[in-house]
Amino acid sequence: MDIQHIIFWTLCMLTLGCAVGVIMSRNPINSVLFLILTFFTVSAHYVMMNAQFLAIVNIIVYAGAIMVLFLFVIMLMNLNGDTEPQKNTLVQFAAVISGGALLLILIAAFKSTISGIDGKLIEYGQSTDIGLIKNLGKVLFTDYVFPFEIASVLFLSAMVGAVVLGKKDKEITTVEEM
Amino acid sequence: MFLLVLSLSLIIEKVILISIILGGSLGVAMYSTWAERKVAAVMQDRRGPNRAGPFGLFQPLADGLKLFMKEEIIPNFSNKFLFILGPSLAMLMACMTSAVIPWGPDITKTDGGVISLQVADISIGVLYIFGVVSLGVYGIMLGAWASNNKFSLLSGLRAASQAISYELAMGISLIALVMMTGSLSMREIVAQQHGFWHDGYFTWNFFKQPLAFIIFIVCSFAELNRAPFDLAECESELIGGYHTEFSSMKLGFYLFAEYINMFITSVILSTLFFGGYNYPGMDWVALHVGPVLFSIIGVLVLLGKAIGFILFFMFIRWTIPRFRYDQLMNLGWKSLIPLALINMLITGAVILYFLK
Repeated sequence: MDIQHIIFWTLCMLTLGCAVGVIMSRNPINSVLFLILTFFTVSAHYVMMNAQFLAIVNIIVYAGAIMVLFLFVIMLMNLNGDTEPQKNTLVQFAAVISGGALLLILIAAFKSTISGIDGKLIEYGQSTDIGLIKNLGKVLFTDYVFPFEIASVLFLSAMVGAVVLGKKDKEITTVEEM
Repeated sequence: MFLLVLSLSLIIEKVILISIILGGSLGVAMYSTWAERKVAAVMQDRRGPNRAGPFGLFQPLADGLKLFMKEEIIPNFSNKFLFILGPSLAMLMACMTSAVIPWGPDITKTDGGVISLQVADISIGVLYIFGVVSLGVYGIMLGAWASNNKFSLLSGLRAASQAISYELAMGISLIALVMMTGSLSMREIVAQQHGFWHDGYFTWNFFKQPLAFIIFIVCSFAELNRAPFDLAECESELIGGYHTEFSSMKLGFYLFAEYINMFITSVILSTLFFGGYNYPGMDWVALHVGPVLFSIIGVLVLLGKAIGFILFFMFIRWTIPRFRYDQLMNLGWKSLIPLALINMLITGAVILYFLK
C-alpha cells in the first residue's frame, strides 16, 4: 500500500463522513458547513486525478459562491425549534421516493460509465495531463462544443428569469437597502 | 494519479520559505497598522502614535500585547464553535494566498540546483487566488452569525453580498489579462513582464490592460472591506459590524487578517500588473551582481511596489467618504461588470486581429 492509496482512502473516508454529516446534522448551518467540507474533499479527489482546474473551479463556484448564498439564506431564517414547521408525512414520503429515484439514476449512470471506460482509458491513458486546463479547453471547444453552448444558453435563460423575478413593480418604490 | 516525489531538501527549503513569507507578511501587517495611523495623522494634520519608542514604532507591539491581555468574552446563546471558527478562518484565508506568489527570481546554486522563491508553482495560480478570496468571506459570515447579534448579522450579509458582487467584475477583468498572457500561472505571468521595455512597448501588464487594472483595484478595495467600501463595519449604522461581539485576540485576528489581506492584495496587484519582481535594467544588474544578491534585489523591488500600493490603499481610505449601500451595488453591477465585459471583448478582438 503506497502513499497514494493511503491518501485516497483517507480522502474517501473524509468525503463520506462529511456527506453523512450533511444529512445527519440537526442544525442547518452545520449541514451547510459539512457540505462545504464535502466540496473540499471532492476537490482533493480531483487534485489526486491531476485535474487541478476542475478542483479549483469546484471550490470557486460551489464552496465560494453557491454555498455562500445558501448560508446567506439560512442565516436569515428563523431557526428556533418552536417555529419550525411540522413536516407533513406525505412530503416526507415524496422526498424518500424522489431521493431513491435519484440514487437509482446515479447508480445507472455510474454503471454505464464504468462499462464504457475501457475504450477511453486507452485513448487518454498515455498522458496524465487530460485534466489540465489546456487539454480541457480543447476538448470542451471542439468535441463538446454543442452541449457546451447549449448549457450556456440554459444559464442565460436562468439569469434572465432571475432578473424578471427580481424586478420590482413600478408602483412600489423603496430604497434598496440590505 | 500523479506521482508524489518529495525529497527532504525540498521540504526543508519550502518550510523555510513558508516561515519567512508568513513571518514577513505578519510583520508587514503589524507595521501597516502603525503606518495607517501615521498616514491618517499626517493627512489630518496630527502627530499620530509617537509615545511608544522612536516615532511610536513600538506601538504595534503594545497593541498586540493589549489584545492578548484583554478578557476573552464569548456571548451566551452564541454558537461557541462557530464563534471561534470565524476569526480563525479569516486569519487562515488571509495567510493562504501568499503560496502562489513568485517573490523573486530563481536562485541558481553553484552545483546547478535551483531554489525557487515561490512556495508552489501551480498551473492555475490565478484561479487559486480566486478560490481563496471567495472563501475569505466565510470568516466574516460565520463570525457575524455566531455572534447572535442583529447588527453583526446585517454586517455579515452585507459583506457576503458585496464580496460576491465584486468577485464577478474582478474575475472578468482578470480574464482579459489571462487571455493576453495565455497562462494562469503566476510565475509565467511575471516572466512575461520581464524587464520594462521590449519590442517598442512596455512589458508590464498595467500598460497593456489599464482598464483591467482600474477595475481590479476597485474590486480589491471592496473585497478587502476597506473604505470607501467598508459597508460591513460601518460604525455609524452597525456599531462595529461583524466584530461587534468579539473581544481580545479574536477581534485582533479580524483586524489583523484585514491588514494581511491588504499586504497580499498589494503584492498580487504588483505581480499581475506592475511586473512583480521585474524592474528596468534588470538584465544589466543580473550581469554585475551574484545570483543571490540579484534575487534579493528582486524581492525588495516587489516589496517596494507592494508598500506603494499599501500607501495608496491608506490614502484612499482617508480621503474618500464611504459609499451608500445602493451606490455600492450600482457601481458593482451596473458599471464595473459591463466595463469588464467590454474590456474582455476588446482584448479578444485585438488578439484575434493582430496576434493571429
